[in-house]
Amino acid sequence: MLLVPCPNCGPRNSEDLRYGGESHARPDPATATPQQWRGYLYLRDNPAGWLWETWYCRSGCRRWFTLERNTATNEFRNPPIPGDKRGGKA
Amino acid sequence: MTGMGHRLRRRPPKYSAAALAWRGMRGDYWPRVWRETELKSSYDAVVIGGGVHGLATAYYLARNHGITNVAVVDKAYLGSGASGRNTAIVRSNYLTPEGVAFYDRSLKLYNSMALDLNINVMMSERGHLTLAHNDSSLRTMNWRAEVNKLQGVDSCVIGPDEISKIAPALDTSSHPRYPILGALYHPPGGIVRHDAVVWGYARAADCMGAEMHQKTEVLDILCEGGDGPDGKGPGGKVVGVRTNRGDVSTPVVVNCTAGWAGLISSMAGVRLPITTHPLQAAVTEPVKVFLPTVVVSGSLHVYISQTDRGELVFGAAVDAVATYSIRGSLEFTEELAGHVLELMPGISRMRLLRQWSGLCDMTPDYSPVMGFTPVGGFLVDVGWGTYGFKAAPVSGEQMAEAVATGRTPRLIAPFALSRFDTGELVGEKGAAAVGH
Repeated sequence: MLLVPCPNCGPRNSEDLRYGGESHARPDPATATPQQWRGYLYLRDNPAGWLWETWYCRSGCRRWFTLERNTATNEFRNPPIPGDKRGGKA
Repeated sequence: MTGMGHRLRRRPPKYSAAALAWRGMRGDYWPRVWRETELKSSYDAVVIGGGVHGLATAYYLARNHGITNVAVVDKAYLGSGASGRNTAIVRSNYLTPEGVAFYDRSLKLYNSMALDLNINVMMSERGHLTLAHNDSSLRTMNWRAEVNKLQGVDSCVIGPDEISKIAPALDTSSHPRYPILGALYHPPGGIVRHDAVVWGYARAADCMGAEMHQKTEVLDILCEGGDGPDGKGPGGKVVGVRTNRGDVSTPVVVNCTAGWAGLISSMAGVRLPITTHPLQAAVTEPVKVFLPTVVVSGSLHVYISQTDRGELVFGAAVDAVATYSIRGSLEFTEELAGHVLELMPGISRMRLLRQWSGLCDMTPDYSPVMGFTPVGGFLVDVGWGTYGFKAAPVSGEQMAEAVATGRTPRLIAPFALSRFDTGELVGEKGAAAVGH
């Protein structure tokens, strides 16, 4: 079991949440090239280590949030950020 | 060994009854099945990943193309990853014409494998039932059956009466919450002894001159001429591999890893459309044979087969959260038990012996990523999700052809990395996964 720190509801079992995957900034539709869209849609860093990712608290506050998790050890660090926004590196 | 294009360099040990008696009486040790040699400073090709895909690639490079100056490197031991953890199911009843043609070739190679590799892989063509619990999955089963028949694959939709004749243990009544409405029946599907496939390919590749290097971890892939730092990235080419046992120069690197495919590819500056999820499986205590076929239920996220020893092997959908941790969870066991009892209430007193987990590289369309990349000499055979074992022979054969000829073989052209640029995805989620 993975205890996920929801910014509104506190620690919740990951089964109560929906995993949203890697958090990436959406390209600007006015200027984005097909290559950038392809990268945004499909390509992933998929690191074995620290990763900023999004979660949806589907059976609690029903809001998206962003947090940093170590994909090798399932530890969390930094407080979760409310909203589906990219944290960490630019 | 039949159909061998190139002569063996070493005679493989014989595993006959006479050899067993002779060695038993003399008290001889069996010879090592593959050599352990020093890592050379140069190879014609380096294959990363000593699982069924990597070993099959080395074997077909030697057998079909005469390329034997090849090293297979693995950071652990041969078959330590998904090759030794999968649920050993083989089948070819996929949904897309590209998928059906590809997996059907694999099934044919599995059928002749015992003869080709001179090892008993315990191929058991016991039939494969994919259950439908609602109208939409019954519709998908009919669709798959028609695609399969067009490609000459034995596959048809049957009703509850026929299902209960084939597998009487299944509850085909209308009582369950998700009653069984029908099934896609695929008689050539079955199970294979997965460890024997690893050993068979390793031994055959070794006999033809390829080298297997265990406990040899790739730390970096050396490139030149690319756009990125250190000459990596698109436009560049591979010149070697840095391992924990020293540097090796090579013009060709084939990434045959699972779980770590993205990390290895990023060493060459190639990004992949892959996320790594664990898949859990479990096995029960052995009982008398009562389940003659492989049973799969997409709606209940489970697949079941009974081994020759009598244990029931259960597999499931991948865990929802991407992680490299392979710890099992109680949620999995509870959900699995509930779903299995929904299908077979009669086994409620059976005990689970153990559960385990392996890493699966999931792609957006549930099809693999195979062939050339924007980095010259760097080939990938990755993104095998939950269906890598059944595709191993054909993947090795086709990747070997790509390496030897420098061209993408027709059978794997649909699975190129470039399909994500052009949007030509090969959607196999309906037939490849049980979690949807």
